[in-house]
Amino acid sequence: MIQVIDVYKSFGQLQVLKGVNFQVAPREVVCVIGPSGSGKSTLLRCINQLEATNSGQVYIDGEELTHPKTDINQIRQQVGMVFQLFNLFPHKTTLENITMAPIKIKGINKADAEKLAMELLGKVGLTDKAHVYPGKLSGGQKQRVAIARALAMQPKVMLFDEPTSALDPEMVGEVLAVMKNLAFEGMTMVVVTHEMGFAREVGDRVVFMDEGIIVEEGLPQDIFDNPQNPRTQAFLSKVL
Amino acid sequence: MPLVEIFGLGVIDNITSQYGYKVISNNLVYFLGGAGYTVFITALSLVMGMILGLFAGLGKLSNKKILCFLSTAYIDFFRGTPLFVQIFLLYFGILPLFYDNDPVTSAIIALGLNSGAYIGEIIRSGIQAVDHGQIEAARSLGMNQRQAMTHVILPQAFKIVIPPMINEFIALLKDSSLLSAITVPELMHRGDLVFANTYQATWVFGAIAVIYFIITKIISVIGDKVERRLATD
Repeated sequence: MIQVIDVYKSFGQLQVLKGVNFQVAPREVVCVIGPSGSGKSTLLRCINQLEATNSGQVYIDGEELTHPKTDINQIRQQVGMVFQLFNLFPHKTTLENITMAPIKIKGINKADAEKLAMELLGKVGLTDKAHVYPGKLSGGQKQRVAIARALAMQPKVMLFDEPTSALDPEMVGEVLAVMKNLAFEGMTMVVVTHEMGFAREVGDRVVFMDEGIIVEEGLPQDIFDNPQNPRTQAFLSKVL
Repeated sequence: MPLVEIFGLGVIDNITSQYGYKVISNNLVYFLGGAGYTVFITALSLVMGMILGLFAGLGKLSNKKILCFLSTAYIDFFRGTPLFVQIFLLYFGILPLFYDNDPVTSAIIALGLNSGAYIGEIIRSGIQAVDHGQIEAARSLGMNQRQAMTHVILPQAFKIVIPPMINEFIALLKDSSLLSAITVPELMHRGDLVFANTYQATWVFGAIAVIYFIITKIISVIGDKVERRLATD
C-alpha cells in the first residue's frame, strides 16, 4: 500500500532522513517509535508529501507521489492525516469541518455529506457536538473530530502524527479507543506515537527510528520484549 | 493680544459671535453634501483598495518571483511617498495622459491606489497570522493551494484583518480631506470655501471636525459589531 524507497530529507544543513526504506501492507497497522528528532514525524509527512523529499521515491497504491507529473492533490484525498495539534478549522462548526472537503473537493451534495459526517461523528461518539465550534471542544474531542474529518474523504490509508501527545492524560484513552476501532475495521494505518501500550496492543508491526534511519523493525512483542539493536534497547529502557 | 489677532483674523473670527453661528447653520446642508462626497469617494476608493490590496498581499506571498517583485514595488512606492504628492502626480501628471480627467475620478484612483498598498500589507500579515497547521490540514485533505486559500486561510485571515482594516478605512476617510487641493467638492474643500468667504475659522473648521468625527465614529461602531458577530469562541 505504501512504499518508501531510499528517502533523504534535510532542512538546510540538518539531515533528518538518511535513506529510509519502509513498506506498509494493506490493512496493516504500523507504529513508528523513537526519540524526538529521530525523523519519525518527517517520515510520516514525506509519505503524503507535506514535506517534499530531497531524493528517493514514495508510492501509495502503486502511484509515485515523488514523480513531478503526479497530481498530488488527487492522491492526498486517499491519505487521511491526523495532526498532533488537531488543526481543526476554527471558523467552522464540527459538522462543517467534516463536510468541507467532501463538498468542496469531491463535489458531494451537502445533504449526503452531512449524512456521512453524522455517521462519522457517531463513530467517534460526538453526534451531540455537531453544531459546536472547535473552540468549545476539549482536546480529546478535537482530536476525535479531526479523525472524523480525515475519514470523511474515505481514505485508503490514515497517517497519525503523535495524535495524543498534546492531550491531557485523561483524554488519551478516548482517542486511542477510536483509533483501535479503526484498526479493527481494517484501516491501513501508520501511527507515530509515544504510546507504547497502544503500539504493543494494536500495532501489527513496530518500527524504531533513530537519527534519520530505521534502526529496527518487527512484531511488537519482538521489539518490546527482545530488542536486538543496542539503540533500541537504550530507548526502550528509558520509556518502558 | 489674543492669538487670533496675531493672524489678522481677530476682528471677525470670534467664537462667541452670532455671525459665526449663522455661518454654520446657513451652510450645514452644503457641508453635509460635502460629507456625502467624502463618504462616497472614500467608499469607492476602499473597494478599489481592497481589490488591489488582495492581489498585492497575495502577490507578495507568491513564490512566483515576478508577482512578488511587482507587488513589493507597488506597495513600496505608494507607502513610501506622501499621499498629497501622489494626488498631485496623478491629477496633474499621469491621468491626463489617459483621459480627460476630472477631480472626482482622479481622487478615487489616487486614494484607491494608496489604500491598496496599505491594505496589501494588512492582508499579507493577516494571511501569515493564520496558523501554518491550517494550510497543512487543508492540503492533507486533498485541497489544492487555491482551495485551501479560499476555504480555509482567507476566511480566517478576514477575521484577523478587521481591526486594522477599520483603522485603514478611518485613516483613508480623514486623508480624503487632502483632495480639497484638487477642488474635489468634499467636506474639507467646502469648509475651505466657506472660510474664505466668512473668515470664521473656529466655527467653520470646528464644524468640519465634528462632522468628520461623527462619520469615523459610525465606522468604528460598525466595525466593532462586525467583529463581535464573527467571534466563534
